[in-house]
Amino acid sequence: MITRRDFLRYVVIGAAGTALPLTLTGWKGARAAASKNGPRWVFLLDTYKCVGCGLCVKACKIENEIPFEANVSRTWVERYVVTKDGKVYADSPHAARDGFSGYAVSLGDKGSRIIPPSDIDKAFFVPKLCNQCENPPCVQVCPVGATYQAGDGVVLVDRKWCIGCGYCIMACPYGVRFFHPVHHVAEKCNFCYHRITKGLKPACELACPFGARHIGDINDPVDPVTRIIMSERVSILKEEYGTKPRNYYVGLSREVR
Amino acid sequence: MVHGEIWTIKELFVYPNEYIYWSIQIVMYPFMTGLVAGAFVLSSLYHVFGIKELKDIAKFALVFSFALLFAAPLPLMLHLLQPQRGLYVFFTPHFTSAIAAFGIVFFTYSAIVASELWFVYRKHFVETAKRLKQKQDRTFGEAAQYIVFTVLTLGAYDIGEKALHADEKAVKILAGVGIPVAAFLHGYAGFIFGSVKANALWMTPLMPVIFIMSAIVSGIALCMFTYIVTMEIRKLLASRRSASYRGYESREQIKGVEVNVIQMTSRYLLLFLVFAISLELLDLVFRGYTAVKSWDVLRSVIYGRDFIDIFILQYGVGNLLPLMLFLWPRMTVRRAVIGVVLVLFGVFMMRWNVVIGGQSFSLTFSGYMDYHLPIMPTNWETYREGLAGALTIMAIPYALFLIFLRIFPVFSEARQK
Repeated sequence: MITRRDFLRYVVIGAAGTALPLTLTGWKGARAAASKNGPRWVFLLDTYKCVGCGLCVKACKIENEIPFEANVSRTWVERYVVTKDGKVYADSPHAARDGFSGYAVSLGDKGSRIIPPSDIDKAFFVPKLCNQCENPPCVQVCPVGATYQAGDGVVLVDRKWCIGCGYCIMACPYGVRFFHPVHHVAEKCNFCYHRITKGLKPACELACPFGARHIGDINDPVDPVTRIIMSERVSILKEEYGTKPRNYYVGLSREVR
Repeated sequence: MVHGEIWTIKELFVYPNEYIYWSIQIVMYPFMTGLVAGAFVLSSLYHVFGIKELKDIAKFALVFSFALLFAAPLPLMLHLLQPQRGLYVFFTPHFTSAIAAFGIVFFTYSAIVASELWFVYRKHFVETAKRLKQKQDRTFGEAAQYIVFTVLTLGAYDIGEKALHADEKAVKILAGVGIPVAAFLHGYAGFIFGSVKANALWMTPLMPVIFIMSAIVSGIALCMFTYIVTMEIRKLLASRRSASYRGYESREQIKGVEVNVIQMTSRYLLLFLVFAISLELLDLVFRGYTAVKSWDVLRSVIYGRDFIDIFILQYGVGNLLPLMLFLWPRMTVRRAVIGVVLVLFGVFMMRWNVVIGGQSFSLTFSGYMDYHLPIMPTNWETYREGLAGALTIMAIPYALFLIFLRIFPVFSEARQK
């Protein structure tokens, strides 16, 4: 026989036990909704417009204080050359900070190879920068939580907390991360976070004379970048890794790595 | 110079930021934790499954595992660019990261090994403390010893039959719990690599299992090697001492024990070695058969650029040759030494081929990176991520073992019999 006192106790415990998880999920949902109201930064890169001048790389290095001589960069430009015999050559010497000129394709530390224009079927340039993935593997693997995703989608690094293990560098399929030559912690492109949060454009976009790079807010339906992404044919890099990159490319060719 | 640039040679199309960021110390890290786990499993074979033939090496393996344990996190510390922040892994562990589990697994495991050691050697602590207490005129050394052993007893002076029986039971439970924890400690080291989806060579669910098997192989091999070395030293000492000293065994006695132990242990070594090789070959066959996008570049690395490292040094010299040496009838101590050294080399090469091999091709799948191990240390960076740093890490467990021998009478029990 259940007493009134016990009955009441069970009711209270049962109600609390059901309500608490629901409250927590509701609270989590509220947080997700809050970030949806703000911007979600994305990048649009038009490979037809890029000429490989490297001004974006120069601007980025200066703006973000990456030593000019250091062979690392938050952004870089790749050149792809497809020859008539079907071979694909690609390079990005010094991250293309000096731009591409001439027909010599770099073979890394093993010198270079001159490809005469008559041998070339097609050639193009592809600018690269951090994809600010929706599902960033670099954030997942950081053992101390020094790298994290902001509400607007940008993945940031806490220079005061990074232990310099390099796990995030290993985890990024796009090779955007490196160790900062001065601060000796993980470093990457953050869409010039110090600028975009103040309503300014990233340094690389401003430096590009041909309008090949544009930052946009995918949550804003009237943003021109959003309109292109939604209405035109765009592609993303290395979809197979499931990282859900947020850099959209116009005119990406199958040779692009 | 950018970190990694000094030892990386790039070839063909490699992303500008790509370098060999994980170098020799990350080879040393799984190698050392593997030795810890393997040594512990060897000792547990006696304590849990009661394999009497392993009694002699089991006690030794437990103490050696403890010495290795302290050296295991050092490669990670030397590898960090901000080593002073290494403790953040314990303060703010980010649990989606495999490395974050390190703190918990490592401390759990350390606690298990330390308490098991305490139960195994408690009788010795109490006896030594009591003996030194009764002694009237203690020398400075003895006084220090007295303090150390009194602390080690933790105030538990009961060494009656009932208490010792309880100790044995505790050892059995701890050793039993320790096996899965040791496997986890090392399996998770394999998980650190196996879960990196960006790396085509690392990403396989077999990685943790392969790591555990090769860990046990290397742990047993190192225990056998160190055991043989210490027994040889004891043989030398025994032949120097005159026969009139009672209580010491003769040279022949030691030799008999030694060969017996080596024969028994090598059987278990063989068993795990076969497991390890089978799994690695399965992985290789599967990659070739499924031939996904990354296979072209992997094939050029495995069968081309790293052929000598993988097939000659790892599988040939490190696996096949010792396999034949151990399978050959009438095992001798000398052959066992050659065998275990080759096995250790093979496991080291396996770690090398995973860590360095996994970075020897670019994320573009159309370029390569060559690793040039810094031999002569010219600055702090080339010391810690060079040959000198790796040798330092290898020497530390032996230094610790020498100290531990003064506390744990690993060899004296055989003497008392």
